Amino acid sequence: MIQVADEHSAADDRINEHIYVPEPAVTLAVEPMAPLDTCFEFQLESGRSLGHMPGQFAQVTIQGIGEAPISIASSPDEQERFRMLVRRMGNVTGAMHALEPGDRVFMRGPFGHGFPVESDMLGKDILYVGGGCGMAPLRSAIAYTLDPRHREKYGRITILYGCKEPRERLFRGDLADLREREDIAFRETVDVGDEDWHGNTGVITTLIPGVDLDPGRTVAVVCGPPAMYRFVIAELEKKGLDDRQTFLSLERHMKCGVGKCGRCQINDLYCCQDGPVFRLADIRNHPEAI
Amino acid sequence: MGVKRLEPEALKTWVDGLIELGRVVGVQAREDRFVFDELGEAEDLRLDYDTTVLPPKKYFLPPEDAFLEFKDGSYRPLDRAEPYVLLGVHPYDMAAINQLDAIFLQGNTDTHYRALREAAAIVVTDVQNASENCFAGCMGTATVEDGFDILLTRVDDHYLLDWRTDRGEELAVPVMEAPDAEREDLLARERVWEKNRELLQQLKLEVPPETLPSILAKSWDDPIWEDKAELCFSCGSCNLVCPTCYCFDVHEDVNWDLSSGTRTRYWHACMLEPFARVAGGHNFREQKVSRYRHRYYRKGKYIADKYGMSGCVGCGRCIGSCPAKIANPVEVYNHLAEVSS
Repeated sequence: MIQVADEHSAADDRINEHIYVPEPAVTLAVEPMAPLDTCFEFQLESGRSLGHMPGQFAQVTIQGIGEAPISIASSPDEQERFRMLVRRMGNVTGAMHALEPGDRVFMRGPFGHGFPVESDMLGKDILYVGGGCGMAPLRSAIAYTLDPRHREKYGRITILYGCKEPRERLFRGDLADLREREDIAFRETVDVGDEDWHGNTGVITTLIPGVDLDPGRTVAVVCGPPAMYRFVIAELEKKGLDDRQTFLSLERHMKCGVGKCGRCQINDLYCCQDGPVFRLADIRNHPEAI
Repeated sequence: MGVKRLEPEALKTWVDGLIELGRVVGVQAREDRFVFDELGEAEDLRLDYDTTVLPPKKYFLPPEDAFLEFKDGSYRPLDRAEPYVLLGVHPYDMAAINQLDAIFLQGNTDTHYRALREAAAIVVTDVQNASENCFAGCMGTATVEDGFDILLTRVDDHYLLDWRTDRGEELAVPVMEAPDAEREDLLARERVWEKNRELLQQLKLEVPPETLPSILAKSWDDPIWEDKAELCFSCGSCNLVCPTCYCFDVHEDVNWDLSSGTRTRYWHACMLEPFARVAGGHNFREQKVSRYRHRYYRKGKYIADKYGMSGCVGCGRCIGSCPAKIANPVEVYNHLAEVSS
């Protein structure tokens, strides 16, 4: 049962001005995807669109439990509905895994700088490199760039995706669609296969040497676990990509999302505001970044 | 704006008058240390203190501070705060408050901080006795020009009360009968400021604070980080007593009815092991050395680069609070200045 938001008043304007007050949203769909990962579809109760760009995140509140930063996994083109892929890791994400359609959550955001889909990526070939649940924010950009309304703004699109094992593969319906598409190249791998797995095995970096790319016109977009970046960057360099063409979405615990709490500092940068997506050239001299 | 000359007895009468009108927080002795606390009578006020255990930031960023409440399925800000007088802030602590103002009020305004900050009428008092670890005179914070409502300066055996804002003038109404400060008094006050800029160099930073960012830019791999961090207990005392440390954690606290409660921020500290840990257990500053070094870069470079003012105001509290005796910014920065020159 969804409760209707309070009537509007002058006090509400004061609340809206408050950077920490979350607004109610309703859970529309719950789709378990892997042992620890579930995808949720939400909509703000006000009916307005979240207004995010690919790569941005929002702060999700489970009332009485707390708040956690979660990346948005759907394209802005889906308008007022948006999706989040949540790995069960802590108090808030654990409570999210108990959500059912119709349940109320609260949202703040969107926050931060996302992937440069409307700037540096325009007119370029795009190489997506996703590891594990790093596929969640990438999915937003992939969906955006593959959308018929935007597809012609980009050149060749290559998508690489790696997971630890087959049962951790996320967005399997999407993966099947990507495999069918003829206007893109899609490669997948798992670190360790099983008897039903007939695809590539090996870590994500083993896919990069086989990619046919023109370094002069390619932008790489990378998201994965913290340990993945160094190795992926080394492989991209071998392909001739320079630091200005590579964009990374970094993880930190962004408690406030608005540059106040200090938790997400990467040297002098704030992951929540300067990132979470950074151009490699801008963090190359930041020893804490990767 | 105006300046009155008050004898010590007249100052006491004024403070007791403020206490009668409303809440006053002032510096008081607790055994052999000093603290900011609720002031019951002017007799307890100690304007001759050297430094307080905790800086006055505890009134703007309380150690535990509920900033939202939730009930009936919605969240509301807890931004109400009653006006009061904060009496006896030293200039270096005022400089720190001005820095917190820049951080919390610029850009995304933290309305909760703003409410707590606006509630306070601040009376700054020029230092009479320096603490043994103070180096505010090296950091340009032995005196302060703005951010406060009233400045109290002891000159010889009397005080000058200088109001700078409408709110300060309102508080000064009861002393309007006192004599105006003469030119001679104002000159004597300038000599106090001049003396304090020297007095508050109990420890001596050998380079101007403006050079710290460029010195630190060359010091990432200096062995001092390892040498000091090896002794660090990761207790966070240096963070807790720092007037410019403001990082926080956020918890949701539920009431007994299980349907209402508060969202509360708590002081966090970059020297504590979990500070940069993320879901799944990865810790971006797992090693003590990375946490120790981060704190000095934060104070000496990152804040300076972003806000144009040093993140360290030179109060010296961290030096006295560190059980391992490794938290001396003057020692660290002087070493780096020497090896990088």
